[in-house]
Amino acid sequence: MKWDWSAVSGFLPQLWDGLLVTLQALVLGSLLSFTLGLVWTLLMRAPSRWVRWPVGVVTEFVRNTPLLVQLFFLFYVLPEWGLTFSALATGVFAIGLHYSTYTMQVYRAGIEAVPVGQWEAATALNLPRSRTWTAVILPQAIRRVVPALGNYVIAMLKDTPLLMVITVLEMLGRARLFSQQHFQFTEPLTVIGVAFILISYLASLLLRALERRLVR
Amino acid sequence: MTSGLWELVLKGVWTTVQLLVFSALLAAAVSFAVGIARTHRMWAVRFLAGVYTEVFRGTSALVMIFWVFFVLPVAFGWQLVPLWAGTLALGLTYGAYGSEIVRGALAAVDPAQREGGVALGFSSWQRLRLVSLPQAVPEMIPPFSNLLVELLKGTALVSVMGMGDLTFSANLVRLALQQSAEIYTWVLVIYFVIAFVLTRLMRGLEKRLKAGVGKSAVPEPVRTDGPAPKTRVGVSGGGVA
Repeated sequence: MKWDWSAVSGFLPQLWDGLLVTLQALVLGSLLSFTLGLVWTLLMRAPSRWVRWPVGVVTEFVRNTPLLVQLFFLFYVLPEWGLTFSALATGVFAIGLHYSTYTMQVYRAGIEAVPVGQWEAATALNLPRSRTWTAVILPQAIRRVVPALGNYVIAMLKDTPLLMVITVLEMLGRARLFSQQHFQFTEPLTVIGVAFILISYLASLLLRALERRLVR
Repeated sequence: MTSGLWELVLKGVWTTVQLLVFSALLAAAVSFAVGIARTHRMWAVRFLAGVYTEVFRGTSALVMIFWVFFVLPVAFGWQLVPLWAGTLALGLTYGAYGSEIVRGALAAVDPAQREGGVALGFSSWQRLRLVSLPQAVPEMIPPFSNLLVELLKGTALVSVMGMGDLTFSANLVRLALQQSAEIYTWVLVIYFVIAFVLTRLMRGLEKRLKAGVGKSAVPEPVRTDGPAPKTRVGVSGGGVA
């Protein structure tokens, strides 16, 4: 086994560029999944089954099919329908949509964990529905679910390399490009492997600290 | 779509199923080995198992696949057949996730059960095999079922390496037909059907296993057998084979 440090230093500038794109996709994808997931949860609580049923079927379908194929679908099919986005935007949308079907379950559990007394108190105070949600239920529910949402952020981080297949140059894409240009596969691939382990380990430490603060 | 293209898709389904079965078996073996090692009484064993879990859970499955396909052959001279390379990468990665399930389920067994085993003079291996595992395994099935669906979704990643699985065949069909909507819809539906079947199978398995430890609503008469006759049956079965 040969290890060439000059290849590592040659790859580092590319790694930073890739890391930037990875983090960009991660942050935007997380925000989208948090928002969409909440929308799905609230729709699943709609009184009409004509709303609940389609939302349930679609989210179940998205959750049980590979993100990779969904990426291909969005990347190749949307332009056929006349919708053209950049590769990164498509990737962010795919990741956000895919993980929103996970976060919706997290939110649901969080909302169900809010004690019934809170709902009753809101009714007793004659709070309107919107205010009950925004001022009473959601603040308590979201506080509870932050650690679980954080786990999905880490899972999303580990799915960002998939964006490589739709030409986004994130970390793995950069590593592959570098490997093919210099014909050195070992160093860049190992470096990003270590980078992923480090980032997700740091993120999990951060999350544990956050959990201690929020869940008392 | 012509019948030739459908044949291509079916071949892809077969490769995906093969890969799924092999990597699920490897992942199960790794999960139990590492998960049990994390309850070992020597700290060094626990530490090593913990490092394994952190490393393989920390990295991305796709990065791991790239590593196995490109770095292993160059660095160690191991050129693996694509199917085995895919199996290795997926099995090791998802095994790390599975080891957490095994560890959690073992930790959730009532401590009095283990103490009972100690009081009866069981060795630690006997305690694990006869007391802890039979009670922990049924609890592992629902999370394992989720993990199996994740693994199915993970098998799509090997298409990036040019392995002819379902996703890869979809890409070929797209190139052949120059249109994407139909084939990708079909492929998503096929994946969904496979996932659905897997979930159902695991639910059936859970019911059977829970019945075995007397946890279902319908108690089974075989409860009096206990684990000892079962192992005897297993041994004689091995002898016949």
